[in-house]
Amino acid sequence: MLRKTLIAVAILAGAAQPLLAADKASDPKADFKAFREYFTKRFPKVALDDFVNGPYSMDAGLRKQWEAIDAFPPYDFVVDKGKQMFAAPFKNGKTYGDCFPNKGVGIRQDYPQFDAKSGQVITLDVALNNCREANGEKPFDYNKDDMAALTAYMAFTSRGKPMNITIPKDPRALAAYKKGEEYFYTRRGQLNFSCASCHVQNPGNHIRTEVLAPALGIMNAMPIYRSTWGGMGTVSRRLRTCNSQVGAEPLPAESDEYRNVEYYLSYMANGLPISGPGTRP
Amino acid sequence: MASTIRVRAIASGDTTQVQSLINHPMDSGFVKDSKGQIIPPHHIEVVEFEHAGKVVFTCLWGPAVSKDPYVKFSFKGGKKGDDIKVSWVDNKGQSDSTVAKIQ
Repeated sequence: MLRKTLIAVAILAGAAQPLLAADKASDPKADFKAFREYFTKRFPKVALDDFVNGPYSMDAGLRKQWEAIDAFPPYDFVVDKGKQMFAAPFKNGKTYGDCFPNKGVGIRQDYPQFDAKSGQVITLDVALNNCREANGEKPFDYNKDDMAALTAYMAFTSRGKPMNITIPKDPRALAAYKKGEEYFYTRRGQLNFSCASCHVQNPGNHIRTEVLAPALGIMNAMPIYRSTWGGMGTVSRRLRTCNSQVGAEPLPAESDEYRNVEYYLSYMANGLPISGPGTRP
Repeated sequence: MASTIRVRAIASGDTTQVQSLINHPMDSGFVKDSKGQIIPPHHIEVVEFEHAGKVVFTCLWGPAVSKDPYVKFSFKGGKKGDDIKVSWVDNKGQSDSTVAKIQ
């Protein structure tokens, strides 16, 4: 009897959990509207374009510190390094620019994209490594260092451009979006937190000393220089850290789940400006 | 190689405030890498700020200073348009310098 009650409670809790995730057939447009409304209603004083500044849009004191730090942004040297790497030719004489439209300048806002050929979501990081492999170079580690420098430079050239993610009319694209959404709202780890527990339910609140960033526009600041890391990290590094912070096993960098959740979150941020590379505590 | 030094100097009244950020690993020599090997000490020993041929500020740094150090100070004198020269030397004899205009 007790067991039955427990199960019933568990089922009830499960049903109440998806805060925004629609139980109906996925409709990205409706999700987008609901997601945006939720944040603008909850934080009426925050300008829409300011959400991309993460915790700084939520906390005035933190914002002051950030503005002081940004006099000499800590990612500055990395952007320089990324610029040099980006311009340096591969052994076959081609460059990264040859793999991208507009020579790779100012295109960060178009990623991640759905690739009809492979039927998968291609993030900027994956596109960069694909470019390397197509030119006979070894792929970079997805977490930091070289990959972070390249993406930091590419984000830097795209600053201010509105996020522009499309979901093509392809059932696989919609499925990837849906999976990303599911991953975002699914609880996991010892703390039994979903991504949304922190970034939808509690943005602006403290978790220990840190101020939680809103999920809206959270991808626009990537990659980030995180003081805790003492260095730069990519989207993968951030997501892996999120997983371990809630006591869940981190997935491999740029795994299906991570790319799908980046696809979902980036779509939710459509129209908001790219602010990366960002600085975070 | 891009410069390892970022510097900004702003004159106000009869003083000039200088802020500078230097890109350097500042390895103390007490830290091990992922393979358990000691990372040999590699840190800046001297930083000098020069204005009009005169050293206005000297830092004697050691292993206790953090990676990518930041320094801020003010000195008397200096006006808009003057040059300020920043240079550093580390324990391996590597060095870098840059010149910036006071704003």
